[in-house]
Amino acid sequence: MDLTVDFFTLFRLPRTFRIDLAELDARYLEIQSQVHPDRHVRAGEGERRLSMQWAARANEAYLTLKKPLERARYLLSLAGRDPEIERNTIMEPEFLMEQMEWREAVQEARQGGDHHELERLHHRLRLDLKKHHAELASLLDDRQDYAAAAGLARRLMFLEKLLAEIDKTLAELEDGMDN
Amino acid sequence: MALLQISEPGASAEPHRHRLAIGIDLGTTNSLVATIRNGLAVCLPDEEGRALLPSIVRYRADGGIEVGRRAVAQQAVDPRNTIVSVKRFMGRGIRDVTHIEAMPYIFEDTPGMLRLRTVQGSKSPVEVSAEILRVLRARAEVSLGGELIGAVITVPAYFDDAQRQATRDAARLAGLEVLRLLNEPTAAAVAYGLDNAAEGVYAVYDLGGGTFDLSILRLTHGVFEVLATNGDAALGGDDFDHRLFCWILDRARIAPLSIEDASHLQMKARATKELLTTCDEVPIKLKLDSGEEIDVLITRAEFAEMTRPLVHKTLGLTRRALRDAGLAVSEIKGVVMVGGATRMPHVQRAVAEFFGQEPLINLDPDKVVALGAAMQANALAGNHGANDDWLLLDVIPLSLGLETMGGLVEKIIPRNSTLPVARAQDFTTFRDGQGAMAFHVVQGERELVADCRSLARFELRGIPPMAAGAARIRVTFQVDADGLLSVSAREASSGVEASVKVQPSYGLSDDEIADMLKAGIERAGDDMAARALNEQRVEAERLIEATLRALASDGALLDAKERAAIDSAIDALRALCAGADTRALGVGIAALARATDEFAARRMDRAIRGALAGHKIEEI
Repeated sequence: MDLTVDFFTLFRLPRTFRIDLAELDARYLEIQSQVHPDRHVRAGEGERRLSMQWAARANEAYLTLKKPLERARYLLSLAGRDPEIERNTIMEPEFLMEQMEWREAVQEARQGGDHHELERLHHRLRLDLKKHHAELASLLDDRQDYAAAAGLARRLMFLEKLLAEIDKTLAELEDGMDN
Repeated sequence: MALLQISEPGASAEPHRHRLAIGIDLGTTNSLVATIRNGLAVCLPDEEGRALLPSIVRYRADGGIEVGRRAVAQQAVDPRNTIVSVKRFMGRGIRDVTHIEAMPYIFEDTPGMLRLRTVQGSKSPVEVSAEILRVLRARAEVSLGGELIGAVITVPAYFDDAQRQATRDAARLAGLEVLRLLNEPTAAAVAYGLDNAAEGVYAVYDLGGGTFDLSILRLTHGVFEVLATNGDAALGGDDFDHRLFCWILDRARIAPLSIEDASHLQMKARATKELLTTCDEVPIKLKLDSGEEIDVLITRAEFAEMTRPLVHKTLGLTRRALRDAGLAVSEIKGVVMVGGATRMPHVQRAVAEFFGQEPLINLDPDKVVALGAAMQANALAGNHGANDDWLLLDVIPLSLGLETMGGLVEKIIPRNSTLPVARAQDFTTFRDGQGAMAFHVVQGERELVADCRSLARFELRGIPPMAAGAARIRVTFQVDADGLLSVSAREASSGVEASVKVQPSYGLSDDEIADMLKAGIERAGDDMAARALNEQRVEAERLIEATLRALASDGALLDAKERAAIDSAIDALRALCAGADTRALGVGIAALARATDEFAARRMDRAIRGALAGHKIEEI
């Protein structure tokens, strides 16, 4: 096993979108408890360097597989599909309309300093994402429709960005309250 | 120098020797040293039985240096040369320090880190901190009666790279081998968690003399996993004192004070704050050198009111940490209070209200960090006891990135990434034939470079002539388990490589450290060469011991020829240990390290496979 091994193999998990998160947690901790630099403090330099590389790799792998969208993108990249490359696909007008509505709503809540509305938007978006994750699972695991999955992943990248913006706005409002 | 013990093949060297390792809490107000004795973490007291060493250093005109209580006594007499709360200056420039106008020191605005002009000349905060560490090291050596193999030193979780680097430099200067820099709230969580066999998600609210940290950890089967951390490296008990100081001045209608009177009043403010923990009201009486008299009365409610914004700020940061961890207040099982400033009743009340539960205060908030550090030091030293099979997974508190066009920051490693972490990003040239590329490494959450902390600048030269956009320059950020960053850049597309490693510009260069060490050693009448030789011997012994241990457990991974090569490298290094050639020892250490590289890789591979098969490596 070398450092370039894929993340699913590293954790001995099936190469699917649906994974057992509890199992992922357990595998991650098992690996870290072997490779972490704290376990190799008194070793020679080569072993210490190797331990750091493995531990960093395990962290990267864990983070990638833990987040649904990251996991989907990783699966797509293993299948030779990169959602980033699908950037030329034309977005459906419905999706674009929906995006604009979302952004307007966030903008409005920001200007009004409406904390509760932002929280509500955050929750709605979370639910939306969850629904889409189920869709991703079906596209990737059941139908192996990578083209459609890549398109959906690309749309989800927009939604996650939006979620990050809502969270940032919430943080800014809270900062305003603190000062 | 004792000869190395010869061990039987297959047996590890000196299996029962307890390696002396310490944990040090290098605090803003007080510092402590702790160790594990008979399986229990204990703070080591001074000869008068006191565990707390005030973090105060006085440089005397006669060349003497006083640290701790003796320096405290001189604080108001000789404020300019008596450095308090030096931690606030670690890795900081003059513009970074708040309330600098109220301080009695003569600052020098030197690039990177400020310096203090004392009667003994210009001192870096690193040197001042090293004096405190030296006292603690000596205390530990006397108390434990042997040579220390190393120390775990705690830092606020919210310390940035420059502050961490400065702390590490101070330890080196004090002659301490740093086993690990450990985040203070994480240390507290270890002490608390191991003591109480705790499981679940905990928050650690750590309000020290000069810093505030809030960390959220998940404790599962001996793994301490930091989920998120937030804080303010310039908010602590000192700020509460300062509010009170200003309030007294305002109440007593006193004209600007001399630096001696200001020092007096600052100490009075601190003492009053401490009294208000148990008293509802405290009279403040002080006769100044100027002849004026202060005579005012303060109630606990007034003090709580004037410092409410400070408490409020800590709760805002707490909220952010919770959001970063994706957790609701209701999901927090317990709140551990750390730091002397959490003794203030209104702080405890505010935290209890925020979390909807009484915070845990059963461990001494002054000692818990040092105790946790000692536990970690003990584990890192390899003194594994029955309950020592635990692991810490900590995070980086602040994002790291590179400056891009227009003064914007491109984040490479986001905050709260689990350590260690390595991330690479590709860049390319934007002009035909561009031979060099400049990089500016920054730390912080803001989008503009100007709002972040500049850590380092470096240039990659020797890029072969290519069309714009054809070069592929891979920049790799690597943060180790101490939270320290190294950055390298490499041009790969042409097969030609150039790479650079940078150290943060705030850290001291190895040359500077060497100079300071030399000065310190000369002062102590020590022999530089003897010390260097001893250090190499210790390193050689450490490597031999580690190799023997590895051979004992995994020797089967080697064929006879490979084994013979390692054995002969060990023998060669052993022979060098008996001699007195420092340089040859260094070569021997490097040779053994090289000889074991492939072995280490196989061992790691086996460990990972073993972990996944559900077995520990020893069981296979």
